Amino acid sequence: MDPPRILVLGYGNPSRGDDALGPALLDRLERIQTQRPGWEALETLTDFQLQIEHSLDLDHREQVLFVDASLSGAAPFEFVRLQARRDDSYTSHAMSPSALLSVYREIRKTAPPPAHLLAIRGERFALGEAMSPAASDHLEAAERFVVDWLERCLSHPPPRS
Amino acid sequence: MNPETENRGLKRVAIDPLTRVEGHGKVTLLLDEENHIHQARLHIVEFRGFEKFIQGRPYWELPVVVQRLCGICPVSHHLAAAKTTDMLVGARELTPTADKIRRLMHMGQVLQSHALHFFHLASPDLLFGFDDEVRHRNIVGLIEDQPDLALKGVRLRKWGQEVIRVTSGKRIHGTGAVPGGVNKSLNREERDYLLQDVDQIIDWGRDAVHLIQRIFLSNPEYHRRFAALDTHMLGLITANGGLELYHGGLRACDPEGQILFDQVDYLEYGGYIQEQVRPWSYMKFPYLSALGPERGWYRVGPLARVNNCDHIDTPLAEAARQAFATAGGERPVHASLAYHWARMIELLHCAEAARDLLLDDDLSGTELLNNSDLHREGIGAIEAPRGTLFHHYLIDSDGIVERANLIVSTTHNNQAMNESIRAVANRYLDGRVLTEPLLNQIEVAVRAYDPCLSCATHALGKMPLSVELIDARGGSVDLLTRDTSGRFHGGAASG
Repeated sequence: MDPPRILVLGYGNPSRGDDALGPALLDRLERIQTQRPGWEALETLTDFQLQIEHSLDLDHREQVLFVDASLSGAAPFEFVRLQARRDDSYTSHAMSPSALLSVYREIRKTAPPPAHLLAIRGERFALGEAMSPAASDHLEAAERFVVDWLERCLSHPPPRS
Repeated sequence: MNPETENRGLKRVAIDPLTRVEGHGKVTLLLDEENHIHQARLHIVEFRGFEKFIQGRPYWELPVVVQRLCGICPVSHHLAAAKTTDMLVGARELTPTADKIRRLMHMGQVLQSHALHFFHLASPDLLFGFDDEVRHRNIVGLIEDQPDLALKGVRLRKWGQEVIRVTSGKRIHGTGAVPGGVNKSLNREERDYLLQDVDQIIDWGRDAVHLIQRIFLSNPEYHRRFAALDTHMLGLITANGGLELYHGGLRACDPEGQILFDQVDYLEYGGYIQEQVRPWSYMKFPYLSALGPERGWYRVGPLARVNNCDHIDTPLAEAARQAFATAGGERPVHASLAYHWARMIELLHCAEAARDLLLDDDLSGTELLNNSDLHREGIGAIEAPRGTLFHHYLIDSDGIVERANLIVSTTHNNQAMNESIRAVANRYLDGRVLTEPLLNQIEVAVRAYDPCLSCATHALGKMPLSVELIDARGGSVDLLTRDTSGRFHGGAASG
């Protein structure tokens, strides 16, 4: 049986300040999912960091959204369409979503599903720190945006590219 | 400029941060007037705050919350905390079901960690050579050139993570191990699910051992010499001298393989291991107490474990260990690059051991917990993928942690990593020019140890790499930077 056609993959360490932005947004989406009809086609997945085996989670998806904290992006968030692309961020702790799409293409010998990145601006990332007030504001804005985006995706599934 | 450095007329080369090790690091090379490396310093800052993060929390939360110390090896901290809290709740022994489920979880963790390191970090270096272009010498280059090998790496890692998910209840932030035992056993369907692929996993593990053995022996002198050190080695061991990853006594051997101490209860670790603080590093420097800080430093992890043990209790891994030992002749294998070989022997052992455990009906037992009276002090030790990991807690009468001490695997290897960097830099550094090949060699040496720099955050836009050469007067002679898109600026790259 195929998995839900839309995957939202949020990553970060919940105990490292604003690094929690990705998992925090997914917590909110999971709560909303229980109350909204039609959201059964959504699957959420969290992890500490993006790793190469996540390429296998992209199988049979129609749309994928990566959610991460950003140290240098625009506030409150940036939303960009991703292309599968080799880059030099192939570190074990910093694999980029574009690189993951590239890995998918290489090991599956087919195009990856359409994918976007939501990069929510954070400020502080030390162990044990709480989320900063600014990041909390950014999280609110990101949630409003993603809920609208998901509603559109779920009601009008995009064609595979 | 560090006053100590300036006063002694030394130059400093700074490399910040390393790539393709977990987290962030910075290397400083101290040069004398003849441009020889006087000292190498690997700065690791991310271990700050571990104990503070634990203090003030109730002990029963720790097996879950300590997973957030490290996103790369959360299960190691989960199990080390569980073992420590076993002692707090008076569980001197676990039920067979709890013990075997924890062991299975640990096999999955070590297997997936070793697979990530070998297939995704180390094998591009080993297969393509240390001087290969950086844009190719990575996992994508590996996939392009050897797609089947790369896919095996992905599938091995995925299987290990499935073992973790099934035994701990969740893919991350699992709750399987609790003080005194586990909170669930495995049913028949869960065991069959993991068993359906285990023979394939063992085959791939055997292939990986053959691959690294072939690579290592294809140029044995080079691989033996690169970043090589003669060191003491420390790790857990079974009661009859076998390889042990979950629970055993401590054994330390000298560089000739002679046993310094054996079957030491890890509760007594404070009498055998001490830690030295140095002003330039957040990370301490452990040493064997009887030998002192100058002579007593040692290595842990796969190389130490496979050298130290007398045998491995799974047949394919034992055969691989014997071939490994043969390569060392009459002495232990000291080559730093042999860490990769030992790592794959352990991966194969984990796959074999996991199969044996999955066939054991104790996994489906119903006796999950053991506990009695609350104790104020707990100590737990485990062989994490990177080496021996100690957790040590003191709690108050309400069960709140008053004090905590952790010795993580990478800390044990602190001095050895510095010495390996020094060995490589002395061989390859041109005194006034920083080059990408030099950087690569240093990274390869450090990567052999698979250091966990705490994998702090991975937030986008945080991965520059810069190298600075500073002369004896504190002036910058050379600056080489690799930006987040992989382009080089300055240094020899601009010339």
